[in-house]
Amino acid sequence: MEEFTKLIHKYLRHDKKFPHVWCPGCGIGIMLGALIRAIDRIGYEKDEVVLVSGIGCSGRLPVYVDFNTLHTTHGRALTFATGIKLAKPGLKVIVVMGDGDAVAIGGNHFIHAARRNIDLTAIILNNSVYGMTGGQYSPTTPFGMRSTTTMYTNIEHAFKISELAVTAGAAFVGRGTVYHAKLLDGLMEKAFLKQGFSVVEVIAHCHTQYGKLNRLGGPVEMLQWQRDHAVTVESAARMKPEEMEDKFLIGVLADRDLPVYTEQYERIRQRAKAGQGKDA
Amino acid sequence: MSFRYDIRLGGSGGQGLIMMGIILAEAIGVYDGKEVAQTQSYGPEARGGSSKAEVVVSDEEIDYPKAMKVDLLLTMNQKALDEYYQDLKPDGLLIVDSTFVKTVPVANAVQIPFTRIARDRFKKEMVANIVALGAISELSSIVSKKAIEAAVLSRVPKGTEKLNRDALKAGMAAAKRMRKSGPPPEADTWENEDI
Amino acid sequence: MKKRNVNEVLLQGNEAVAEGALRAGCRFFAGYPITPATEIAEIMSVKLPRLDGTFIQMEDEIASLGAVIGASLTGTKSMTATSGPGFSLMQENLGFACIAEVPCVLVNVMRGGPSTGLPTYPAQGDVMQARWGTHGDHPMIALCASTVRECFDLTIKAFNLSERFRNPVILLLDEVVAHMREKVTLPEEGLVEIFDRVKPKVPPEWYIPYEDTPAGVPPMASFGEGYRYHVTGLTHDVRGFPTSRPDEIGPFIARLFRKISQRFPEIQMGEVDQVDGADITVIAYGSVARSAKRAVRDARERGIKAGFVKLTTIWPFMKSVVEPVLKTSKVVLVPEMNMGQISREVKRVNQGYTRVVTLNKVDGTIITPEEILDRIIEVA
Repeated sequence: MEEFTKLIHKYLRHDKKFPHVWCPGCGIGIMLGALIRAIDRIGYEKDEVVLVSGIGCSGRLPVYVDFNTLHTTHGRALTFATGIKLAKPGLKVIVVMGDGDAVAIGGNHFIHAARRNIDLTAIILNNSVYGMTGGQYSPTTPFGMRSTTTMYTNIEHAFKISELAVTAGAAFVGRGTVYHAKLLDGLMEKAFLKQGFSVVEVIAHCHTQYGKLNRLGGPVEMLQWQRDHAVTVESAARMKPEEMEDKFLIGVLADRDLPVYTEQYERIRQRAKAGQGKDA
Repeated sequence: MSFRYDIRLGGSGGQGLIMMGIILAEAIGVYDGKEVAQTQSYGPEARGGSSKAEVVVSDEEIDYPKAMKVDLLLTMNQKALDEYYQDLKPDGLLIVDSTFVKTVPVANAVQIPFTRIARDRFKKEMVANIVALGAISELSSIVSKKAIEAAVLSRVPKGTEKLNRDALKAGMAAAKRMRKSGPPPEADTWENEDI
Repeated sequence: MKKRNVNEVLLQGNEAVAEGALRAGCRFFAGYPITPATEIAEIMSVKLPRLDGTFIQMEDEIASLGAVIGASLTGTKSMTATSGPGFSLMQENLGFACIAEVPCVLVNVMRGGPSTGLPTYPAQGDVMQARWGTHGDHPMIALCASTVRECFDLTIKAFNLSERFRNPVILLLDEVVAHMREKVTLPEEGLVEIFDRVKPKVPPEWYIPYEDTPAGVPPMASFGEGYRYHVTGLTHDVRGFPTSRPDEIGPFIARLFRKISQRFPEIQMGEVDQVDGADITVIAYGSVARSAKRAVRDARERGIKAGFVKLTTIWPFMKSVVEPVLKTSKVVLVPEMNMGQISREVKRVNQGYTRVVTLNKVDGTIITPEEILDRIIEVA
């Protein structure tokens, strides 16, 4: 507990007006805790960390923590982060988004940031719903579920965010849940240390909107669902396909060394200065 | 009264008209020291479509940057000639690429097969615009020969200097012959000439 | 051939914008290809890396302005360039730059619209969008060039104003000016006035990022320099934290306006010629100002007392220049390559002083001197 108090004092803003905006029982706090613990373990200076967010519940996260923080427009967090990283590559730029943010309005930015392999970490809180605006369906709302805009049930199919990131070319992709907090700590640390575009998808619950509309219970029941349906990559390797049908993978889904944009661009600068390569 | 000289170059996309306009403007403006404004109008196509470049020359700051009444009209195809001829001043100079322009509205039009010269002599149609620039520098006093050569050499890709200089000279020579002999009875006579 | 002056060059409007930006200290460009602005991106992609700067082609114009704002937050002078369709997409983040007070320069080479419109033909249809394109209420600075030299000078001016006022600055060109080439003599290195944003001088623990100051422009810390603060598109208090308190919201928005409105004379630029007692005064901007200048000259030769006003600063609208003209001219003519945008502003300022007539053209061609002269003769 003493450790926690130290972290709270070190990383939470003293001059920010609390309480925070999140509902009691929300998983965002667990995600924020994992993020702070990973940063603390790696030992980044607070001045070198930039925390960027989009819009929605996750968008409100940076304001509480004592880094360089930027709360951008809906879906555009990665674009702002790209500008920051390219203009000042020495900064550690972490982007926090929701599922609507990252793969609906910002879906294009997401796949292109992954494709470029910009050295950013994207943390995506996936709670399957637009929480802040009142429970409308998102691109990760499962087929057949209810939301305030799919009251007759959802007939669209959900994006698998991590698999999308792997396909789009991210260097590191990990998925965790807010139930598996220890795993999340480790995934965040790995993602921050990875050179290139790293993604951590955090499966979370929104009992206030999604849970209520689909009669999934409160935060406890929804956390239990995460416990019962998440399977680590290691365990899955020993399981039959039919056993995996209603399960999802957690752990490291991709970890590969690819040319990193900022390093490649520095080479372009050197070639440009030497007068090489433009006509070749 | 201030001096103003309006040039229009017309043809189709891919004939190098805009590059011609740029080189002409650079020669007259930067190398001959007059005031110039060069504009263009083109469609969305990179090749084909209509293309037009204009150069306005003056001895003072240029207000309207596009050609009004044209002192020099050079057209690389029939359509451009038909469209722009009406803007030519009564005493204006008309130069056409007789490779493509078969019907000229006035007897004193200068008809030189720029594209045919480029094709036959240099095996490269793309230097037709440089051949035409050579002719302009021979036929009009608006640009000096030294300036046009300097401007051509500053704008063409490295390694193509000789080709372009030769194309320019060929244009000058063709125009010179034209001047001496006067207009041929028919444009077709050029086709058999060894140039 | 005369002896060549090495500083004299034949430059295209778009090339002059790029040169001006680099001279102003721009070291970051993010953009998306679009006619007729693409040349700016192409030049920046070659020249920026040589200067340790950064060029990136983003996935769209929304992303482009997002990246520009991000780069500017690190203290890097940043810009983008686009045309109408891209300008529409940029409105979202343009509003962000206004509320978060992030300096940046946005060049919009206007082409015919609406929508995809006329990619290669000129228009002046984005004048009102430059002012009112975003949602919400905020001041805006927009400049408009009509010569290649102005493309250079106004790009530098745009950066200076942007850094000075912590406000995005829009440079409006039209296709004619952007693609026109003219001989220009660029000023020597070091002879151009450059303004860099004011940074905080207080220690980080004393820094209040959105503090009201006498000039209304708080010093701006760069990310990564020890001043950890919060930047948001939400209406915020002086510390940058979201607020819903009316006593904080009102003064904040008032300050956004005040920082610009108190400094109109530093922003507003134009040209006024022989308007006293004019039978008719023509007010124009962009490439049309050149046609208007010619037409006014031709009108004077015909004995018509014609005045001429060129608006270089479009927003904030130059009421202080236009109002006296309206009071002294018998007729004011506003020719524009749109259905009447600046003429609305002129009419707004004209509180019954005189007659305001328009000449509008939206067919993809520039308004010619003859057309303006005909209108002058018709209404004078």
